[in-house]
Amino acid sequence: MTTLKDLEITYDKPNWCPGCGDFGVWVSLKNAIVQLNLNPWEVVLVSGIGCSSKLPYWVKTYGFNGLHGRPMPAAEAIRLANHGLTVIVVAGDGDQYGEGLSHFIHAARRNINITVLVHNNQIYGLTTGQYSPATDMGEKNKATPVPTVEAPVNPISLALSAGATFIARGFAGDNKQETELLIEAIKHKGFSFVDTMQPCVTFNHKNTFAWFYERVYKVETKNHDPKDKTEAFEIAESWPLRRLLKEGEKEQIATGIIYQEERPTWEDGIPQISTMRLVKQSIENIDINSILDELI
Amino acid sequence: MMQEMKSAKSGPPSMVDFQWLIGGEAGYGIMTVGAIMGKVFTRLGLSVFDYTEYPSLIRGGHNAYYVRASDEEIFCQKQPVDILVALNRETIDRHKHELTPQALVVYDPNVTKVESTEFTTQTLILIPFLELTKQVGADRLMINTVAVGASIALLYNDFSVLEGILKDIFGRKGEKVIALNVDTSRAGFDYVVKNFAGKSQIAIQEKPQENLFIGGAESLALGAIRAGVKFAAIYPMTPINAVLTTLSAYALKYNIVVKEPEDEIAGVNMAIGASFAGVRSIAATSGGGFALMVEGLGLAAQTETPLVVIEGMRPGPATGMPTWTDQGDVRFVLHAAHGDFPRIVVAPGDCLEAFTYVMEAFNLAEKYQMLVIVLTDKYLNEGHTTLKISNLKSQISNYKIDRGKMLTDEEALKETDYKRYLFTEDGISPRSIPGQQNGIALNGSDEHDEKGLYNETSKMRTTMMDKRFKKLDAVAKILPPPVIYGDKDASLTIVGFGSTKLPVLEAIKWLKKEGISVNFLQVVYLNPFPADVVLQILTGAKKTLVIEGNKTGQFESVVREKTGFVFSNHFRKYDGRPFYPEEIVEKVRSLL
Ligand SMILES: Cc1ncc(C[n+]2csc(CCOP(=O)(O)OP(=O)(O)O)c2C)c(N)n1
Ligand code: SF4
Repeated sequence: MTTLKDLEITYDKPNWCPGCGDFGVWVSLKNAIVQLNLNPWEVVLVSGIGCSSKLPYWVKTYGFNGLHGRPMPAAEAIRLANHGLTVIVVAGDGDQYGEGLSHFIHAARRNINITVLVHNNQIYGLTTGQYSPATDMGEKNKATPVPTVEAPVNPISLALSAGATFIARGFAGDNKQETELLIEAIKHKGFSFVDTMQPCVTFNHKNTFAWFYERVYKVETKNHDPKDKTEAFEIAESWPLRRLLKEGEKEQIATGIIYQEERPTWEDGIPQISTMRLVKQSIENIDINSILDELI
Repeated sequence: MMQEMKSAKSGPPSMVDFQWLIGGEAGYGIMTVGAIMGKVFTRLGLSVFDYTEYPSLIRGGHNAYYVRASDEEIFCQKQPVDILVALNRETIDRHKHELTPQALVVYDPNVTKVESTEFTTQTLILIPFLELTKQVGADRLMINTVAVGASIALLYNDFSVLEGILKDIFGRKGEKVIALNVDTSRAGFDYVVKNFAGKSQIAIQEKPQENLFIGGAESLALGAIRAGVKFAAIYPMTPINAVLTTLSAYALKYNIVVKEPEDEIAGVNMAIGASFAGVRSIAATSGGGFALMVEGLGLAAQTETPLVVIEGMRPGPATGMPTWTDQGDVRFVLHAAHGDFPRIVVAPGDCLEAFTYVMEAFNLAEKYQMLVIVLTDKYLNEGHTTLKISNLKSQISNYKIDRGKMLTDEEALKETDYKRYLFTEDGISPRSIPGQQNGIALNGSDEHDEKGLYNETSKMRTTMMDKRFKKLDAVAKILPPPVIYGDKDASLTIVGFGSTKLPVLEAIKWLKKEGISVNFLQVVYLNPFPADVVLQILTGAKKTLVIEGNKTGQFESVVREKTGFVFSNHFRKYDGRPFYPEEIVEKVRSLL
């Protein structure tokens, strides 16, 4: 049985700002690994660069901390090389929706069996608070002289249209729900995506824990059927807004499993790995004489 | 265009040494029939080299395919053309200046009009290509196939070799397709036998066949397959497309996962991911894609993930001339980085070396947990040549896989306090892979300590940097020294790298027949640079000439930087074309 202790790093501990939403996501991810009883050495956390991407340093599984925006391609290849592994991408919103957006779309359409956990704080944390592709319209910070007029990306809509087969939104203020979502995401066969609203207490003074508590609701309480793609799109489009808020209006932010479907995975379509994991295949004495014969 | 260099000086005579050229509009299968001709000559036991020129267009541009064949060993194309097959008038306009006085000019008089005064010494071979295709019920696009049959008839009196090749090539497409191709080319063959017997002064004498016919990119791919490549992420780009397609052709047979990523950034990060997970992996691109990969190269270096990247040069900057050749990325591949990190750069000079050095690249990458860049170019990648089967087979059987300090599952299990970046004598740390119990580690792009934890102290940073570079010192000790071809006490030493080896060796062969002794120093490993040996050879040389395919003498400046040696002569070309042996001969003559 895998325990929380097995996942503990003894020589270091998280250095996020006190109160940062990343703590909740970290706890939930470890809980999910424990509850799924995954062997820590068969889990690989692949991250980019940002506060959130430091997470793999503090979980005792295999980790690959790559480049800003590029954890996805590395994770895809890790999974193809060894599909016995549980591969989880840990990225920030800048990471995944800025530099890494095209990789996100391509991985989703391929339906590779990995889980993508985005810590969405709607801001660049590590670079000290510039606006991100997920920043709400009308926000002003040190990277924009006037309130931003750029509409934010809508990660859930994007994932839906890109072909992701498991799409959820979590919230760092609800560890129980986040743990459950991560468990379902990891269990899902295919590309699973959990966009997690993660307040940055230091730089994002708008989208705070309190702000979210007043706005989040769970889709299952409204009888949403995750198989219903049309309804999923409606939910996805309800927030974030591509306009300024009207007088007296208040956002409603859906959390929970918004969409799920079954579709063959990328790995399913690769006969080269159907009987044996790539990494287990011997490369000693590969005989290429028959190719030489074709060249005569 | 090539006119300016076609003074049609032939190389020294040999029994059979001719160059055949077919030209026509893109879309008429010029590339297919060129390759077929090369195969025919190979089966007849000749030494063969081919060279293509084509624009970056699928339809309508002019394609030219040169095949040179000889009964003595040849290394490259030459300038004069002995047989010109013109599928359209443009071919004649573009290439008539390349013809020898005795050349044969083959064309369809119903398609191509030639003035009676145009060719005074050459022999015209008029063949109604189009008419012949109609007679056998073939599509007009198959005039190329008629041309092959006709060409063979001018050189050799038996159709069966060509027939055998057509059967092999079209075998998978079924009897009908085979029969149509055989009939069509036989129509050309028979037409020449009937109407132009004895017109050609070239007659191939069949020799025992000991060669196969292979392209540079194919050689790279086969080397990778032999070395156990299991994962390739390659975004298409000339001139490495055949690396992708060759790997893909054998992907199922050898269980290789070959993927076309969304871009080269994904490509390099995928190759790194697969390698981290424990399989041999490769990325390949040309200069533009390599530019996108640069940040990833540093990631491989920092995480000490083995990585093999092929860079096939073509003329830049930007899109430049996509389908032509160049050697202008020397400085780029040597330095592409932010920050300092060790790398190996190897530049094979011919197909056998492409095969061999790629295999070796995989061993070096894993043994030293390092980035290995295999630097090639369009001329090498897209040219085909005969290779002695026995040479290739001995390379294949001599190759031993060396995965370096990669932990086995059992070894990993014995670890009690595993350190991914353990300090060692040679700088190389034992490497675990995901899935191994007790080998758990984080491989990170941040500077780190031995365990892999981020660490920014002055001491750790310095020690880790030194550790990574120690590996390069270890590599330098085991790399083979550069190769010298030719007489030891030659009156001139030519220095170069990569595919210029081919025309240089050809030129040396010709010069030797004139009694001029020239040798060639080929630098294969550009990094770590074999400075001591190179300096010793250069200072002992009577005269030196450095030759390379770029404007600013990038290679020359590297040699100077590493050795302090100042060259008095250089020969550079940057028009997208390869060097011709004639040009090198002329240059050498001017210096002696
Ligand atoms: C190629 C590149 N560009 C820029 C950076 C600088 N950078 C580091 S983290 C970051 C953004 C972090 O924001 P996010 O991904 O949302 O993560 P967070 O820190 O908010 O968790 C940026 C721009 C980088 N490391 N690499
Ligand atoms: S800057 Fe923001 S995201 Fe980063 S650790 Fe601090 S609170 Fe968390």
